[in-house]
Amino acid sequence: MTPLVEVEHLTKHFERGGGLFGAKSVVRAVDGVSFTIGEGETFGLVGESGSGKSTTGRCMLRLIEPTSGAVRFRGEDVLAFSPARLRAARRDMQMIFQDPYSSLNPRMRAREIVREPLDIHGLGTKVDRRARVAELFARVGLDPAHLDRYPHEFSGGQRQRIGLARALALNPSFIIADEPVSALDVSIQAQVINLLMDLQRELKLTYLFIAHDLRLVRHICSRVAVMYLGRIVETGDTERVFQSPRHPYTQALLSAVPVLDPDAPRTRIELDPATFDREAALREVDAGHFAAV
Amino acid sequence: MTDPLLVVERLTTVFEVEPEPVVAVDDVSFEIRHGETLGLVGESGSGKSVTAFSILQLLQPPGRVTGGRVIFQGRDLLQLPEAEVRKVRGAGIGLVFQEPMAALNPVMRVGDQIGESLRVHGLANRREARARAIDLMRAVRIVDPEKRVDDYPHQLSGGMRQRVMLAVALACRPPLVIADEPTTALDVTVQAQVLDLLRDMKREFELSLLIITHDFGVIAEMADRVAVMHRGRIVEEGPVRQMLRSPRHAYTRRLLASIPGGAPGTRLGGDAA
Repeated sequence: MTPLVEVEHLTKHFERGGGLFGAKSVVRAVDGVSFTIGEGETFGLVGESGSGKSTTGRCMLRLIEPTSGAVRFRGEDVLAFSPARLRAARRDMQMIFQDPYSSLNPRMRAREIVREPLDIHGLGTKVDRRARVAELFARVGLDPAHLDRYPHEFSGGQRQRIGLARALALNPSFIIADEPVSALDVSIQAQVINLLMDLQRELKLTYLFIAHDLRLVRHICSRVAVMYLGRIVETGDTERVFQSPRHPYTQALLSAVPVLDPDAPRTRIELDPATFDREAALREVDAGHFAAV
Repeated sequence: MTDPLLVVERLTTVFEVEPEPVVAVDDVSFEIRHGETLGLVGESGSGKSVTAFSILQLLQPPGRVTGGRVIFQGRDLLQLPEAEVRKVRGAGIGLVFQEPMAALNPVMRVGDQIGESLRVHGLANRREARARAIDLMRAVRIVDPEKRVDDYPHQLSGGMRQRVMLAVALACRPPLVIADEPTTALDVTVQAQVLDLLRDMKREFELSLLIITHDFGVIAEMADRVAVMHRGRIVEEGPVRQMLRSPRHAYTRRLLASIPGGAPGTRLGGDAA
């Protein structure tokens, strides 16, 4: 089976400095990242701040242009698309963001926010769009009676649902969710995660789930890639990676997650960057489990 | 048995806002014994941070404590004049906030900030304060404190700033430290280091701790006892082990069930919407 999404040697370098003072330097935010995502799968991209996980997601949809590499969607190279072709392709690939406060236009009513993608792509008649918006609103668990409210009149969890309704408007098959619940309280998080899992099942969605919350990633992702300083240092089936991490960074990261069982043994592993080669390539350490060791 | 270090009794705090006042802390009582770590856990709006601010009388209008007692070292803080309360802050109760960048003075060298409370409380002159600041920075495991003492906060990483804030809180050797979401803005590996440090400091400085957090993971790692706040009230309180194993209150159960950790792919949070 061909994967829905293939990312190959994706690279994004930012130039820093080079002004009046000091020399230019290059930050390798994403440094040769490769992975594939199968249809209907939830693939997790985890890492701490500065790991390059969000930049990777943004490059895949060309919200920022990558420096080099390939991103194939249903076998076609997204990076080679013309602007018109890219616009059309974005119907099928959507993104939801961490901050439902800043990613929704505060001057638009919920109705307009959800309808905008339909308007842009000129889909359906006015009556069709109206019905579609109400249907989407209900689909994400919001009350269509609140369609004429503004974002600030909704709670954080509800705003994330509005963002999701907007993302679903064009019937995408692939959604990149960049820290979609990390700004929410844990009980609200649970509801939004349940909704994401329900929608995936019903609409046959494929997710790239970008997150720093390792418990959450373990809960919903079938496969996972761990990023550290712009590179994937380990990837494989989630349970295998979590149960027997092979890369020193993955081991340190997983050992840092607080354990909810007060009687569980705590074995904190400190990361010593001297113990591994930053340039090491991924190799298969176990069936379907790769680590840069 | 000795008296508890801190007794909060029927504390009530109201925000006098239109159209009607909001009771942010509603008849809250708890105590912290010597050497104990109490975790106060709740979601946003539960009143956990307002409780801490009420204890230290740091509330800004329209917030106002309308009832209760806060007995610390035998005195009711709510009855003390502001000058006395100021002495308790720092010398009696140290404070660590979530956002060290907001809590630290951006235009003051970190060494001066650590030494400031010693000087304010008349415990050291300028030279002694600087020497103490370096000692404290070493205590909170800052490497090369002699070099770092003259840094400004923006020159430090998030985890390092949190260490500086802890050094500020510990400067006057208070018996109690209140830490309000001390690791919330930090990456998980940095969080682990800060929690380890807090635990070490607790032992070395013989502290009692009040940790305010939304994260049951932090509670499980740090607390001896835990109080769960919901809508201004403590709905359940008890030893941490017991709370995690067999929560009694429906809200506590729902909160714990919302945390991923069961079988992958299962629904979170129980049935409640």
